[in-house]
Amino acid sequence: MADVSILETFDVERGAFETAGEASATIKRTLKRLGVDVGILRRVAVATYEVELNLIIHSLGGRLELAVDENWVRVTSRDRGPGIPDIDKAMTEGYSTAPEDVRTLGFGAGMGLPNMKRNADDFSIASEVGVGTTICMGFKLR
Amino acid sequence: MTLKDLMDKTGMRLLTPDAPLQREVTTGYSCDLLSWVLAHGQAGMAWITVQTHLNVIAVAMLMDMACVIIPEGITLEEATLQKAEEEGVPVFASDKTAYELSGLMFALGVGQAERT
Repeated sequence: MADVSILETFDVERGAFETAGEASATIKRTLKRLGVDVGILRRVAVATYEVELNLIIHSLGGRLELAVDENWVRVTSRDRGPGIPDIDKAMTEGYSTAPEDVRTLGFGAGMGLPNMKRNADDFSIASEVGVGTTICMGFKLR
Repeated sequence: MTLKDLMDKTGMRLLTPDAPLQREVTTGYSCDLLSWVLAHGQAGMAWITVQTHLNVIAVAMLMDMACVIIPEGITLEEATLQKAEEEGVPVFASDKTAYELSGLMFALGVGQAERT
C-alpha cells in the first residue's frame, strides 16, 4: 500500500438503529479502496461495527474517527457520556447493561467490548462517569 | 458449492433478484443472537436467522458473508430487503425450519466453520 494518511469522522447518535452500520460500511469501503488486505478489512469492519453499536446503544452520542497511515489503521470512538463506572466489569464477556428492546434485536449479549479487543491488534479504553468514554483500536497493516 | 447450487438443492427462494449467485459458500451457521454472530461469524458463510431487521444485512455485509437465509416462511421487512439490494447481500427465504435447513446444508457438504 502506498504512503497515505487519511482521516474521516462520523457522528453517531444515540438510538440510531436504522442507520447502524453505515459509518462502519463507509470505513470498510474507504479501506478497501486503499487496498487493505481482506482479512484485516474484516477485523476492522467487525470491531468498528461493535463500537458503532455501543455508541447507539449505550452513549449519549459520539463520534467515530478513522485514521490511516502506512503502518496502521486506527479507529477511535469518543462519546459524550454517560461514562462506564466499572471498566473491568464492562470488559467481561456476558456482562451487559443493554435494555430489553435492544436485546430483542439480538444485541446486548455483553460481547461487544471483548470482541473489539479480540479483533484489534491494539485496544485501549478510558472512561469517566459524567464525562464520556474513549475507545482506541489499532490494526497493524504490516 | 455456489449460492446457485445451494438454492437449487434446498428449494430456497431468492428475495434479492439482482444478487449474483456464483459466489462460493464456504460454511453454514444458524444463530439469532447478532452479538454472537459478530463474534463467531466468518466470511463466506451462509447464515440462517429468524431476525428480519436492517441490522442483519449490516452484519452479513460487514462480515463478508455469502448470504442470509430466512427460514419458516417468515416475511422480511421491506426496508431490510431494500438494504440488502443496496449492499449486494443475497437473501433467501425458505419454508423449512432452521434445523431442517442446517441438516440439509450439512448433508450437501456445507460444513461448519472452525470455532473462533
